[in-house]
Amino acid sequence: MPDITLSALAAQLFTGLVLGGILVLLAIGLSLIFGLMTVVNFAHGSFYMLGAYVGFFLLAYTRNFWVALVVAPLVVGTLGLVVERLLIRPLYGRSPNDPLLLTFGLSLVLVEAVKLVAGKVGLTLDPPAALAGAVDLGFMMFPAYRIFVVLVTAVVLVALWLFLEKTNVGLVVRAGSRDALMVRALGIDLGRVWLLVFGLGIAMAGLAGILAGPLRGVYAEMGFEIIIEAFVVVVVGGMGSLLGAVVAGLLIGEVVSLTTYFAPKLAEIVVFIVMAVVLLTRPSGLFGEAGRAE
Amino acid sequence: MTRRLLAGVAAWVAAHPVLSIVAFFAALPFAVPYPSLATQMLVYGLFALGFNLLYGYTGLLSFGHAAYWGLGAYGAGIALAKLGWTSLWAALALGVLAAGIGGAIVGFFALRRRGIYFAMLTLAFAQLLYFIAFHLADLTGGDDGLRGIPQLPLGLFGLSIPLGTPLAFHYFALAWAALAVAGLQRVLHSPFGRVLAAIRENDDRATACGYDVTRAKLLSFVFSALITGLAGALDALRLNVVPVEALFWSTSGQVVIMTLLGGSGTFFGPFVGAGTVLLLGDRLSLVLVDSWPIVIGSVFVMFVLFLPRGIWGTLTGGLHGH
Repeated sequence: MPDITLSALAAQLFTGLVLGGILVLLAIGLSLIFGLMTVVNFAHGSFYMLGAYVGFFLLAYTRNFWVALVVAPLVVGTLGLVVERLLIRPLYGRSPNDPLLLTFGLSLVLVEAVKLVAGKVGLTLDPPAALAGAVDLGFMMFPAYRIFVVLVTAVVLVALWLFLEKTNVGLVVRAGSRDALMVRALGIDLGRVWLLVFGLGIAMAGLAGILAGPLRGVYAEMGFEIIIEAFVVVVVGGMGSLLGAVVAGLLIGEVVSLTTYFAPKLAEIVVFIVMAVVLLTRPSGLFGEAGRAE
Repeated sequence: MTRRLLAGVAAWVAAHPVLSIVAFFAALPFAVPYPSLATQMLVYGLFALGFNLLYGYTGLLSFGHAAYWGLGAYGAGIALAKLGWTSLWAALALGVLAAGIGGAIVGFFALRRRGIYFAMLTLAFAQLLYFIAFHLADLTGGDDGLRGIPQLPLGLFGLSIPLGTPLAFHYFALAWAALAVAGLQRVLHSPFGRVLAAIRENDDRATACGYDVTRAKLLSFVFSALITGLAGALDALRLNVVPVEALFWSTSGQVVIMTLLGGSGTFFGPFVGAGTVLLLGDRLSLVLVDSWPIVIGSVFVMFVLFLPRGIWGTLTGGLHGH
């Protein structure tokens, strides 16, 4: 076991916060999409991967990280809109298993397509020069880029919260996830809201991908590894609960980070143990409502 | 004339499912590019058959069937390669038993939830098992896979039957598959099989009718795991190696694709699906090298959208429970 110093522990906690932030960006999109239209998007990880790849190519052409950071999620989100219209929409009203199966097939196609186009060798996404160094936090030094990731996550979460709580569209989204039939009966076209929310969730996955690229590398299978952790986050937090996704995302991020430090071999296993314990004690997840999301 | 003959054949096949499968797979090695492809189709068909009991007949979508396939494969493989067992019977039994116990444990936890949660839970447990196998390298070979599974002859009534040739092994596997198919046929046509159908259609109503739904689901889960484990154990003997990917989620995905393509909830669908995917993969890999999953994935997406009954279900207009 490594020597435990306070600053090493703090660094590990902060690393967990960064991973947690990435997981929250993914899980909140998954949870939003599931809560509103009971679609489990297995391809979420593939859109995360696409975000990183689109970001890489935008960076290569524009030589500007900031442009890539803004445009990549937009490109991926637009693709999400197309997917919802062409592939997901025909499945509404069918078994909730069908969208899961379809997006699973889609994820295989996307990964193989990326391998064909961009090659099988992983790519390196460089953080911008402005964020290359480390920042002195007073009690420890920490890479500036990682702090930036945490800040971006926080800004996105606040913006999402404002959107859901303070806008009329946000009100419809919240109402739609409570009782879609009632919202329809009030004469509101939920189809457009579903399209918007799907695109939004996918764009957040794309953002998570380009943010994670410089930290975890860019390769075709990158989405598969993180999607299962993101699913665990959603299950632990409670399917459809946004607060649950945030709390569980940060929790899982910290747990993984600390286990990597103290017992590296258990790092991949510990998330499932957390999940089993939560489900045994609170079957609906930490913030899930009993009886929903079946 | 031809049409009447075809209709007659179809009726016979529907009335004699076990005999049909045996006859088909007995002839298959001579119809495919190389005999071991037929064995692969048989073993994966058996895998899909086990999965289909849970998905097609009970309505539970497991995304973690790699777990029982892997437990079966590692169970039989470890018995022969690490424990030095000399009986194929005992090795197969250990694999099937390991899968059954694994199924009982995971089923106990995962069946506490329904629908999507259930799918995610089964996936998570299978991944947990994958990482455990990955790190227990002394027992499982870890990343390199379990190697050195000896090719033993089968002891039967004092005789020692060599299984070294592809054809001999094919008929050995076929005997086991026939047993499993007959067993499944028996289960589906028992009163218990009717309870499973009731659960698939509406499990709240089945509960209201007084059936112990949780127990029936758990039994179905364990049966499914046993068949899957048998398929995994046979695959370990077929390849003489267990790659750690046997437990990876992609294996679970593969069986989902095979079953859905063939036709879930139909008796022959799993075999049709496994055969189609493997034959397509085998032929496409000559053209596309290792990009062929892009074709399988696209075909699968199209089937979910337009032909949810799968190949066999569409051909026969058979029941579609979802």
